[in-house]
Amino acid sequence: MHYYLDFERPVAELEDKIEELRRLADGRDMNITTEIKKLEKKARDLRADIFSKITPWQRTLIARHPERPYTLDYIDLLMQDFVELHGDRRFSDDPAIVAGFARLGDMPVAVIGHQKGRSTKERIERNFGQPHPEGYRKALRIMKLAERLGKPIITLIDTPGAYPGIGAEERGQAEAIATNLQDMFTLKTPIISVVIGEGGSGGALALSVADRIIMLEHAVYSVISPEGCAAILWNKNGSTVGRKEYENASDALKITAQDLYGLGIIDEIIPEPLGGAHRNQKETAASLAEALKRHLADLIDKPDDILLEERYIKFRLIGELEEAP
Amino acid sequence: MAWFKKEKSKITKKVKVPEGLWVKCNSCKEIIYRKEVDKNLKVCPKCNYHFRISARERMSLLADSGTFVEIGQNLTSTDPLDFKDQITYKERLKESEKKTNIKEAATAGHALIGNRPVMLIVLDFSFMGGSMGSVVGEKFVMAAEKAAEDFIPLISVTSSGGARMHEGIVSLMQMAKTSASVSRLKETGLPYISILTDPTFGGVSASFAMLGDIIIAEPKSLIGFAGPRVIEQTIKQQLPENFQTAEFLLQHGMIDMIVNRKDLKDTVIKLLSLTTGGNKSPQSEHE
Ligand SMILES: [Zn+2]
Repeated sequence: MHYYLDFERPVAELEDKIEELRRLADGRDMNITTEIKKLEKKARDLRADIFSKITPWQRTLIARHPERPYTLDYIDLLMQDFVELHGDRRFSDDPAIVAGFARLGDMPVAVIGHQKGRSTKERIERNFGQPHPEGYRKALRIMKLAERLGKPIITLIDTPGAYPGIGAEERGQAEAIATNLQDMFTLKTPIISVVIGEGGSGGALALSVADRIIMLEHAVYSVISPEGCAAILWNKNGSTVGRKEYENASDALKITAQDLYGLGIIDEIIPEPLGGAHRNQKETAASLAEALKRHLADLIDKPDDILLEERYIKFRLIGELEEAP
Repeated sequence: MAWFKKEKSKITKKVKVPEGLWVKCNSCKEIIYRKEVDKNLKVCPKCNYHFRISARERMSLLADSGTFVEIGQNLTSTDPLDFKDQITYKERLKESEKKTNIKEAATAGHALIGNRPVMLIVLDFSFMGGSMGSVVGEKFVMAAEKAAEDFIPLISVTSSGGARMHEGIVSLMQMAKTSASVSRLKETGLPYISILTDPTFGGVSASFAMLGDIIIAEPKSLIGFAGPRVIEQTIKQQLPENFQTAEFLLQHGMIDMIVNRKDLKDTVIKLLSLTTGGNKSPQSEHE
């Protein structure tokens, strides 16, 4: 059984019907088999139609889809010999970020990403992919190790944001994020970041100062969640905000991969199978592997000083301003 | 990440207090005679709360008289998202300019402090909550790059709700851009002094503000990553007393010191005299 989002309802109904017919036909009744084929085409066309008109808010929901592949799924599909490393050596280990080394094709790499949980229990353990400062500090520890060992770094971004809690503030959430931003500009090894799901604000950015920033087709990356933005800007008279305001906010914020590519923030969009990455995890991972290898090949032989200079310039040039008369 | 106070509705009728004669303290809630507060460098005489002051007031408090030379004063945002909520972002910028008489939330430039040259950047909370968009980010980087080039220290004074959501992802990226310039400055052997004032949050605290080699805060300033209301809604608990105050940050090892406004300039001068002219300076290489 698949989990369907509201706007996928019409497809869900068709696919339920197809399932039922399959059970009835049991592969023998030719009439029903033909009917199934017809319905399957209809479902495919309907899905294609829905996804051709998809809104930024709907993309946000796909980016948060409970069946969407997470960091550990991609590591499993993309890489071999993954060894996870734990802890920031200061306070604790943050399960909302996983980090370690693995082999991408022939090449050992450091791989770091936000990790959400699948079951209720795991979701809570992973804190819904919202890191504490020690997560960012663990990530930086592994990135510095990768630099020292001469291994490239791949980060996978998928978080609603850094956790807003008492302990997080006590232990310096702002400082932890800021230090990652600062120090990632000094790492003399290639860094590639992939937004695989939700790129939630500073909590996402703290792992994505990179030489290449890639987004999956239905991933989103934003300074604030559409809900947060709507609550601040579309809630003037104390009215409650809902889907309409979330649609407005996600339109206005320009958060989709397509928007960010248009704004010159990201370098590439990886296409997803029709319906989203979760409809065919292997196909998504294969496209991603191809892109990662291509970018790594391009970056791996760059002299350190050029690599760092280009990384600096990449971000230095972001900003839309003019000299007023 | 952005942490804005909701703007007060303009039509709200209030009991008329004689215009500007009295002022209410944010901290102890006392109503105080404005002249008394002004005389006291805008510090509450009852509870030592440091009122938010404008970038202009901050400059005159820190820089030697007549030495400040501004950079990037005409930079304005070109509205990368074509953003509109109730009004357009462009209109909002114009409104803010009219209200505050400054063009953006950051003022940056070269100044002397105790006769020592520095690059100085100050955020003004009254301009869109001191939020960081393209212009604030650019001015910070210009100041940091100029500091490195001229081999003079960098000082920032922050008062900000965080990233400016009206510039979306472009404002988020200013966090990376400003942090990049700090990382470059730190390679030179120059000190970067960050002064946190009420409030410093979100994209500003989680980038250049918390990257100071030396971090000073004004008493009772609220400083943090997430805004207190967001945290309360998330954890569904009351926050501890003093949470996210300068005093709380000092206790948790996040800042170096809390300094009263009246002592701020002297403290900065003392720090400049102790942290500059080391054997990393270009001059020392010729000695
Ligand atoms: Zn007071």
